Amino acid sequence: MLLAHLPILIVVLPLVAAPLVVLVRHGGVGWAVALGVSAASTAMSVAVLAEVPGTGVLSYAIGSWEPPWGIEYRIDAGNALVALLVSAVATIVLPAAKRTVLLEVGADREYLFYALFLLCLCGLLGIALTGDAFNVFVFLEISSLATYALIALGRDRRALTAAYQYLLLGTIGATLYVIGVGLLYLVTGTLNFADMAQRLPAVVDRRPVIAGLAFITVGMGLKAAIFPLHAWLPNAYAHAPSAVSAFLAATATKVSLYVMMRVYYSVIGAPTAFGAEPTGAILMALSIAALLVGSGAAIVQRDLRLMLAFSSVGQIGYITLGISLASAAGMTAAMAHLINHGLTKGALFLLVAGVALRLGGTRFEQIAGLGRTMPITSFAIVIGGLSLIGVPGTAGFASKWALVVAAIGAGLWWVAAIVLASSLLALAYVWKFVEAAYLSAPPAGAPARGEAPADVTVPALVLTAAVVAFGLHATPVLEASSRAASAFLRGWP
Amino acid sequence: MTGGAGAALALAIPFLAVPGIWLARRRPNVREAVTFLAAVSLCGLVMSLAPAVLCGERPAIDLFEMLPGLSVALKVEPLGWLFAAVASSLWVVSTFYSAGYLRGNDEGHQTRFFACFALSLGAAVGVAFAGNLLTLFLFYELLTLVTWPLVTHHGTEEAKRGGRVYLGLLVGTSVLFLLPAIVATWVIAGTLEFAADGILAGKLDASSAAVLLALFMFGIGKAALMPFHRWLPAAMVAPTPVSALLHAVAVVKAGAFCVIKVVVGVFGIETLAGLGGAAWLTAVAGFTLIAASVVALRADNLKRRLAYSTVSQLAYVTMAASLLTPLAVMGAALHLVAHAFGKITLFFAAGSIYTAAHKTAVSELDGIGRVMPWTMGAFAIGALSMIGLPPAAGFLSKWFILSGAMSAADWLAVAVLAVSTLLNAGYYLPIVFRAFFVAPGTPSAGVREAPLAMVASQVVTAGACVALFAFPGPVIGFARAVAGG
Repeated sequence: MLLAHLPILIVVLPLVAAPLVVLVRHGGVGWAVALGVSAASTAMSVAVLAEVPGTGVLSYAIGSWEPPWGIEYRIDAGNALVALLVSAVATIVLPAAKRTVLLEVGADREYLFYALFLLCLCGLLGIALTGDAFNVFVFLEISSLATYALIALGRDRRALTAAYQYLLLGTIGATLYVIGVGLLYLVTGTLNFADMAQRLPAVVDRRPVIAGLAFITVGMGLKAAIFPLHAWLPNAYAHAPSAVSAFLAATATKVSLYVMMRVYYSVIGAPTAFGAEPTGAILMALSIAALLVGSGAAIVQRDLRLMLAFSSVGQIGYITLGISLASAAGMTAAMAHLINHGLTKGALFLLVAGVALRLGGTRFEQIAGLGRTMPITSFAIVIGGLSLIGVPGTAGFASKWALVVAAIGAGLWWVAAIVLASSLLALAYVWKFVEAAYLSAPPAGAPARGEAPADVTVPALVLTAAVVAFGLHATPVLEASSRAASAFLRGWP
Repeated sequence: MTGGAGAALALAIPFLAVPGIWLARRRPNVREAVTFLAAVSLCGLVMSLAPAVLCGERPAIDLFEMLPGLSVALKVEPLGWLFAAVASSLWVVSTFYSAGYLRGNDEGHQTRFFACFALSLGAAVGVAFAGNLLTLFLFYELLTLVTWPLVTHHGTEEAKRGGRVYLGLLVGTSVLFLLPAIVATWVIAGTLEFAADGILAGKLDASSAAVLLALFMFGIGKAALMPFHRWLPAAMVAPTPVSALLHAVAVVKAGAFCVIKVVVGVFGIETLAGLGGAAWLTAVAGFTLIAASVVALRADNLKRRLAYSTVSQLAYVTMAASLLTPLAVMGAALHLVAHAFGKITLFFAAGSIYTAAHKTAVSELDGIGRVMPWTMGAFAIGALSMIGLPPAAGFLSKWFILSGAMSAADWLAVAVLAVSTLLNAGYYLPIVFRAFFVAPGTPSAGVREAPLAMVASQVVTAGACVALFAFPGPVIGFARAVAGG
């Protein structure tokens, strides 16, 4: 009985919990509620993922209004995986949030932080699970508004400019998306993705469809920070509260990328999106530019957080490159990297949160000698860095392997070459950290040897361990990704 | 215990030693005892696998699935056994030597040193026993990463620069060339498991085989084929025991090993010969061989001279493999062993000279043999092995490589071998001559032999050079098995 309502419960639970947290006005309670809700969402996501093995689709009609008239939640092996990533990362990040939020946001606004966090979680899960184009927009706005406020709660006033910048660009992105949806509605008369997919073939050569595709691409591209629409990302990640950086870096852009996959493959369909229209070529060119520019910019950063943020711009390029290949192998690589990079960046931002907590900052001159002052954290950052490079034995290798296999399988040798060459840019920025941490003396007045408190370090190490485990035994992730890829390609008839 | 479990245990021993080394960090004698114990048990375990391997058994074990359809798998075959046996037995010897060197020179970070050393040996065993290309790549990359802290051990600007060149070239070549070669092999052959006669038969045309071979050969940067050889001289900023065991044995032999493994186990010598062969590789290796010798001839820094000699000696292995005849492959396998014992002796001697007399340049060595007779005696035997003269092991391997070149009627290779022998003599014999027969310019008062642990180590390895020459039977047996005989 309850099981049948899981698709909506996953989303409604955080939505209901958020105002309750505001009413209670207590930071500790807010934290506990957020953690409990995240853990419950994770458990439910696992249950839902188990419900849709292989070709299974779970359809839930909200208020029992049958689709396409009512809003439908439609879950397959693709979005169930995305929901699991979002809720699992939230569950792991929250234990580390308690201390950093108290320090960075302050006790008076602590409860607001958790209310916003829950709204953000609700928005991201809603985007992932809904089968309705306009419902995506609603949840996009819920998560975005919560995110702007969360970023603005950052440590210093630079967070305000970062949040404002993101607010402007994010609003433009959401607006472009809704215009795109409007255009598709114009020719199909429906907002239900599955229904739209059925009606589109009849009108596919009409200009509104192509314009809609373009609007949705740019709109979601802005939210996903696809080069050159990434301007908001580095500052937002670098100046947001530590816990927010970790959560957003692992999940927010990933959910927008999911919407792109869904629209391209399941709604408009690969033959139109990648055959008739040059989406693939454009996306591939932008991905390659992202790999080179993002990773290149990461090398010259003087702050560890900014370095990781620019690295994200580059790493998103690997995901979009996989999407642009328009093949099952490419989509498998994209989904695998979506998960693997989410875990890696989540781990890295949490580790960096611990560094900021102890050293008061993350500029390279502050973290000199980190290998001596915080040996465990420092070593874990190196492992996360190796995953960004794609060294075998880390999660990053598995998805890079899948991507190179997909590129070579498609005869695109030069793409494989660029993917691998860009790993060397990652090597350059990761080794910049290694040299600072291990071959430089700690600055004068550095605190004595010791790690950040366990509640921050342990979640970070759990994610780091996952990065290694999914590197040495990548089969579960790659097989789940492969199932997700076939779910996208099969579409929603 | 079955053979496969033995291989897994051999891989685990060095990694298990690391926590022990760390726990004993405040008590150097216990710490070195842990390393020694690990080295001896690894060596014993590898030796215990010998009879089975020689009888044609191939102990194998699948550890876990890494990527769908691709496991981390171990398989002990003759070449891998030879490599593991060389690395593990020399680890035993070099433990003594390292302890003497680090204490004699008051080096810092000794625990980190021994821990990374054990990790490097673990990675080398992983390379040696790898059952497929993915496992090989995993440990190949691990070997680069865990030796980096050893290269930059001193933490100086020079060490930092050396470390960058080291990492940049080794990771760069492996990511840009080796990884695409492995992925392409996976896409083309549908398997990455080594087989006695290759896995690419009938699946490639001549031109794509040449491209794939080039990706592999330049991708295996540890084999130091020019123009990707500069990491090896750059690695000489490391303390001498690192240069001795890692940059004369474990790391470079991993490269040479991979070259033979790819030519024999991935392409298959007959398949490759049928596809038009590897004449270009013979030429590139021949060029590397001669060019590196010429650089060595002009180098005054002793370790730099030894490093370029290593580049040249590694090219022997690559060249021998590229000849694609069973005799030459035998020679390649033998050279992997012979060069290891000879070169480690030379590096041990260089480190002893540095520790006892604080000298690093060849031009400062006049008359040093008179005060350090054991060191320079060992050096002389190592030098004979490099040149390929009896009574040292180098003679054996060169004999087989030369026979292989002649049986392949490859006169270019024969000429290269002849010229290089002269060049080797040209840069090794003057050192021996200076040490024993030139009167010291400035009297170096107070210079005595190096500490006992160091002298004993180099005498043992020099003795092994001679023993390999005198009793080559078992090693030749393994080399013959490598060539499929």
